[in-house]
Amino acid sequence: MLKRGLFKNLFQRVDQLVTGRGRIDETLFDDFEEALLAADLNVHTTDRVLQDLRGLVRDERLPDVQAVRERLAQSLTELLGDPEDTKLKRSPTPPTLYLMVGVNGVGKTTTLGKMAFIEKQMGRKVLLAAGDTFRAAAADQLGLWAERSGAEFVRHREGSDPAAVVYDALQAARARAVDLVLVDTAGRLHTRSNLMDELKKINRVAERELGRKPDEVLLALDATTGQNAIRQAKEFVDAVGVTGIALAKFDGTARGGIVLTIKDELGIPVKMVGIGEKPEDIRRFNPREFVDFLLASD
Amino acid sequence: MFESLSDKLQGVFKRLRGKGTLSADDVDVALREVRLALLEADVNFKVVKDFVARVKERAVGEHILEGLNPAQQVVKVVHEEMIRLLGGEEAQAARLQMAPRPPTVLMLCGLQGAGKTTLAGKLAVHLRKQGRNPLLAACDVQRPAAIKQLQVVGEQVQTPVFTIPNADPVRIAREAVAWAQANGGDVVILDTAGRLHVDDALMRELKQVKEATQPSDILLVLDAMTGQDAVNVARDFDEAVGVGGFVLTKIDGDARGGAAISIRSVVGKPIKFLGVGEKMDALELFHPDRMAGRILGMGDVLSLIEKAESALDEKSALEMEKKLRAGKFDFEDYLEQIQQMRRLGPLDQILKMLPGFAGNKALADLQIDDRIISQREAIIRSMTKKERRDPTLLNGSRRKRIATGSGTTVQEVNRLLTEYDQMRGMMRKMMAGDMPAMGPMAGAGRGAAAKSKKNKKGKGGGGGGGGRFRLPFGR
Ligand SMILES: Nc1nc2c(ncn2[C@@H]2O[C@H](COP(=O)(O)OP(=O)(O)OP(=O)(O)O)[C@@H](O)[C@H]2O)c(=O)[nH]1
Ligand SMILES: Nc1nc2c(ncn2[C@@H]2O[C@H](COP(=O)(O)OP(=O)(O)OP(=O)(O)O)[C@@H](O)[C@H]2O)c(=O)[nH]1
Ligand SMILES: [Mg+2]
Ligand SMILES: [Mg+2]
Repeated sequence: MLKRGLFKNLFQRVDQLVTGRGRIDETLFDDFEEALLAADLNVHTTDRVLQDLRGLVRDERLPDVQAVRERLAQSLTELLGDPEDTKLKRSPTPPTLYLMVGVNGVGKTTTLGKMAFIEKQMGRKVLLAAGDTFRAAAADQLGLWAERSGAEFVRHREGSDPAAVVYDALQAARARAVDLVLVDTAGRLHTRSNLMDELKKINRVAERELGRKPDEVLLALDATTGQNAIRQAKEFVDAVGVTGIALAKFDGTARGGIVLTIKDELGIPVKMVGIGEKPEDIRRFNPREFVDFLLASD
Repeated sequence: MFESLSDKLQGVFKRLRGKGTLSADDVDVALREVRLALLEADVNFKVVKDFVARVKERAVGEHILEGLNPAQQVVKVVHEEMIRLLGGEEAQAARLQMAPRPPTVLMLCGLQGAGKTTLAGKLAVHLRKQGRNPLLAACDVQRPAAIKQLQVVGEQVQTPVFTIPNADPVRIAREAVAWAQANGGDVVILDTAGRLHVDDALMRELKQVKEATQPSDILLVLDAMTGQDAVNVARDFDEAVGVGGFVLTKIDGDARGGAAISIRSVVGKPIKFLGVGEKMDALELFHPDRMAGRILGMGDVLSLIEKAESALDEKSALEMEKKLRAGKFDFEDYLEQIQQMRRLGPLDQILKMLPGFAGNKALADLQIDDRIISQREAIIRSMTKKERRDPTLLNGSRRKRIATGSGTTVQEVNRLLTEYDQMRGMMRKMMAGDMPAMGPMAGAGRGAAAKSKKNKKGKGGGGGGGGRFRLPFGR
């Protein structure tokens, strides 16, 4: 899943700590705790996971530190859910529509651009809809991705109603026999209720025109974001029923551990991971690989 | 989802309060909650460790000697230590470093999507207000439509944007400086591409831009929502180019902003500005005390009372009352009210500090916009003293002049005047006893300075206060 060419000095801290030690003791748990906290896991999730681990060490008579580490990785992987959850839904009646939402600057537009690129390569007919009519040059940015990927493109004038863009995009999609409509939206903080209302309207129009809910409502999260991601997820779930997370900027040194808490508390699975700014820098989410990276540290 | 941290802390401190003496154990109990609060606020876990240890050292001992309420002392120590870490009590905001001889070069850098391009526009506004003549240089040749974005921003803030098609960032930066020199520009703001701190090639490029243009200030732009990794980002950027200060963006959300503590502890450079919105005027100076309160997220009743007492001193309040009774409340008085309120910190934070308000759901939904208050202040400051004393002088041409002077529009000036009239009418009624007197907080959340959640879309639109005016802190 991951391409980490940019990394230097990446060594498996937890692994190292594991091989350098024989006994299972409290300091081992302290080290695990640090590793998890450093990965932006929520404190409560961390506490619970480690509490469970202590129980498992006892109940399963885990023989050595190596086994404990493996058991931790397993629990975390389970927490992230079934790998099947990471599949993006397709509608039997085209066009399939994905709506991308999220706070400012997290990677919505870029992720859609990459998705368009990949889907086109797989021979599908894709349409990018510039539902961000607010930010300076947002539509131009998406337009360049449409050019890059060879996707159809629908945009309106800056400042116009984004819901109307969605309407037009679906009309165009039907007229041009498009398989997949990808709708970009403006970044908005989840605390701005008026902007969340605007998003609800976009969602409603999409649902009305499709005759069903959007096939995916994807919440873009920045992997460097800490605890605030939980609040973001909660508000966007409440507003538009998020079905999956697109975790962008996972090529940095941040671990994105907060998605564990989000899955745990809200049941929203990660579906995709962004690992760069180039068209091909996107992967399907793989829980086990994610966990291995999470436990590897600087 | 979580029990409110401030409630939790208050619970703990209440327990402590009951005991009367402060043992090491008591401090430990309190600090366990503080540790949780800090981790929830995204302060780096190592930084938290050090911080808690330091507070413990101070809290045990010193405060038993004072013989004061132990719970209050722990709160105070935590708060003070945090303010110190964030740059000290002095709210004298760290300034931009300007070159002794123009043009000054300011370089913006940071991770992808942090808010550099937006900040470039905001800084242009900020500098123009100070009478400078900035130039924006589009050095992001990486991101699709990045240059176009800066050009649109430049248009919004009426500032020229320099770029060279198909050139590399170093050349664009260098020639931008030369262009500014030749055309009377005195500050060049370099908008650079977002980059990962571990991307060697791009970090090298950043160094080259620095060497070619010798910026007098280099601002690292950091998203306030950043988690544990903030320390690595800050350290690596600082090591590569020598950061002069930080800007925390997107602070208008509900992120606690613990990254502020993290970066301050790892790189001892000041936080110079806060980005508080997407619009070009959404830039504020950094105040360590406010930030400390936000990160702790704790109902620090004590400090509220302290601040409130010093700010609203009895005498001026009495004078104000006399004026109100005489119906002589003019814009000079209005300005004074705004300044008093300023001393207390951001309104919504203050409200949240009050007991009983901490977990208030309605309050969490409320957005109180400091910028509207700032705008009002700017408008009043652009009036002459005579006009402030006698608002009837304000005819059309004067209003136009005031709008220009304050960087607002005539509509906004008109709105303030209408509200002023309404307010006076209301006061007269109040003084005549037609209305129940307002408590100190009455309307503070709903008046001119507040936007209720249900207000119409504010994005793009003028963000006007709307609604009835209430004295921000009537007596
Ligand atoms: N390194 C890296 N950068 C990324 C990734 N995804 C997006 N970016 C960069 O992050 C920045 C912001 O990305 P956008 O796609 O514009 O983000 P957005 O959410 O659409 O932003 P707004 O529309 O302004 O809210 C750009 O510089 C992107 O190139 C990623 O996976 N890795
Ligand atoms: N709410 C809020 N949004 C902000 C703030 N500053 C920037 N933004 C938004 O964040 C997003 C990214 O801002 P940009 O200025 O494009 O960020 P950048 O660092 O230039 O991004 P790259 O050039 O892609 O690295 C945009 O949607 C901005 O409108 C802020 O203080 N508050
Ligand atoms: Mg976008
Ligand atoms: Mg930019």
